[in-house]
Amino acid sequence: MPARNVWRRATSSLARGAVYGLTAVALIPLGLVLWHTVVNGLPAATHVDFFVNVERPVGIPGAGVAHAIVGSAIMVGIASAVAVPLGVVSGVNLVEFGGGLARAVRLAADVLVGAPSIAIGLFAYVLFVAPFHHFSGMAGALALAILMLPVVIRTTEGAVALIPAGLRESGLALGLPRWRVALQLVLPAAAPGVITGALLAMARAAGETAPLLFTGFGNRFWTVDPTQPMSALPLIVFHDALTPYPSLQQQAWGAALVLVAAMLVINLASRWVVRRQQRFAGQL
Amino acid sequence: MLTTAAALVAPLLVLAIVLVLAVQSAPAVTRFGPGFLFGTSWNPVTLEFGALPFIVGTLASSAIALALAVPVGVAVALVLAEPGARGLRGAVGTGVELLAAIPSVVYGVWALYVMAPFVYLHVEVPVVQRLGWIGALSGPPRQTSLFTASLVLAIMVLPTLGAISRDVVRAVPKGLRESAVALGATWWETNWKVILPAARGGIFGAGVLALGRALGETIAVTMVIGNRPDVPASIFAPAYTLASVIANEFTEATGPVYPAALLELGLVLILVTFAINLLALLLVRRSVEPAR
Repeated sequence: MPARNVWRRATSSLARGAVYGLTAVALIPLGLVLWHTVVNGLPAATHVDFFVNVERPVGIPGAGVAHAIVGSAIMVGIASAVAVPLGVVSGVNLVEFGGGLARAVRLAADVLVGAPSIAIGLFAYVLFVAPFHHFSGMAGALALAILMLPVVIRTTEGAVALIPAGLRESGLALGLPRWRVALQLVLPAAAPGVITGALLAMARAAGETAPLLFTGFGNRFWTVDPTQPMSALPLIVFHDALTPYPSLQQQAWGAALVLVAAMLVINLASRWVVRRQQRFAGQL
Repeated sequence: MLTTAAALVAPLLVLAIVLVLAVQSAPAVTRFGPGFLFGTSWNPVTLEFGALPFIVGTLASSAIALALAVPVGVAVALVLAEPGARGLRGAVGTGVELLAAIPSVVYGVWALYVMAPFVYLHVEVPVVQRLGWIGALSGPPRQTSLFTASLVLAIMVLPTLGAISRDVVRAVPKGLRESAVALGATWWETNWKVILPAARGGIFGAGVLALGRALGETIAVTMVIGNRPDVPASIFAPAYTLASVIANEFTEATGPVYPAALLELGLVLILVTFAINLLALLLVRRSVEPAR
């Protein structure tokens, strides 16, 4: 074999090794973050107190983050109630009716996905906090809804676009108006993908800290009233991690572990649903 | 009719966010004018507000993060877009997606308590000892610094880079790869001389999109960048970003001017990220769509 070819093959193998090596490097942080969160979070998160009690002053045992778990659930719940219906309708509209408006909506959704969450927080502060003169869970929920909306729009659009044209055409051939085809035929067929998208958007919202800093604000006490300031798991992680007290730092790691566990479950489950949906659409 | 109204929410939100921030920051805009962007002093007590330290901190941390993340992201894309090896691709793809799913604040705690001490001992201290005479690498090394923030940012933008570059590389017409292989090109020659040049525009777009994400990233950066409102002289110096100063100071800002100054920082941030996102979308779309 000519020397030049030996050289070419050697370069190729070397470069290929480097590319695969870099790919491995990309996955190292994932492993490290998961590992350290589990190891540092377990001591706090294996106490029952952690899930049933609220924050306590440093040095007093039995502290928990129950109020933050409930706060996260309430704010994400309200945010979903606002963003999911709006986003789904908007996403279906994009595919089924199209046109110039659809292009503008798609562009706006893509731009919104990339909007810094802290700026969304400022926006929500101006609209939902300043006029009422106090922070509230409701304001936090609306800030999260703004973050969720573009994600729901785009994932709904993706799921609906997978539905074969035959289904629409059969509906129209039977004399159904377009809106009924969209809502009663296409949307149910795309439901798994739409639900997955909504879940992913909820997961993203549940992990957000920045938009809650000056809307939900945080609260050391138990509250389920969305007109009051409300705590959330990410806020606990952020505030407690920056304190000098080991017990609070441990609490931050525990809350981080709860967040990460929730993310993992939602993401892995949604990947499974998406794969099934794609296989199903392939058979249709 | 109703669905059209629902569809309008997203475009209206984009306009509303810009408008609301512009109106609310008016007291600062009228008081400081364009000089706001170039002022180097940030002193709420004397009502001196200059945004330059934050602008420099934001740009520098994002630029370093991209420099670190782009080679890795392109490598991930090449592996993910390769024909065959389905099991490996699935594992890498899932891993990268999970990397994107971890909340910012979790990266923040991890970076603060695990990564920063490690990087301090094994990167910053040796580098400063050997190369400290270079201005940008001069000491003293610190755990919370521009460099630490850039590193965590690099990890956080990696999924964006990897996923979008993968789509772009996959959109390169199959015939190109096949022709190259048929002509006897090696794996590296195929990728380096055929695939990557064809995907260049889209990969650039992915980089710009990742830049947009990096500029606006708040919580993890706030936890490790050191939060000092000075233009950093070295990458190991503490710095401050637009998003971080808003996160740290907005709830404490009193009077008419101080909150308006922070809102103006928010306005600058959102205008820049919107512009960058638009540019990136154009670039990515142009290189992904013709193939469909």
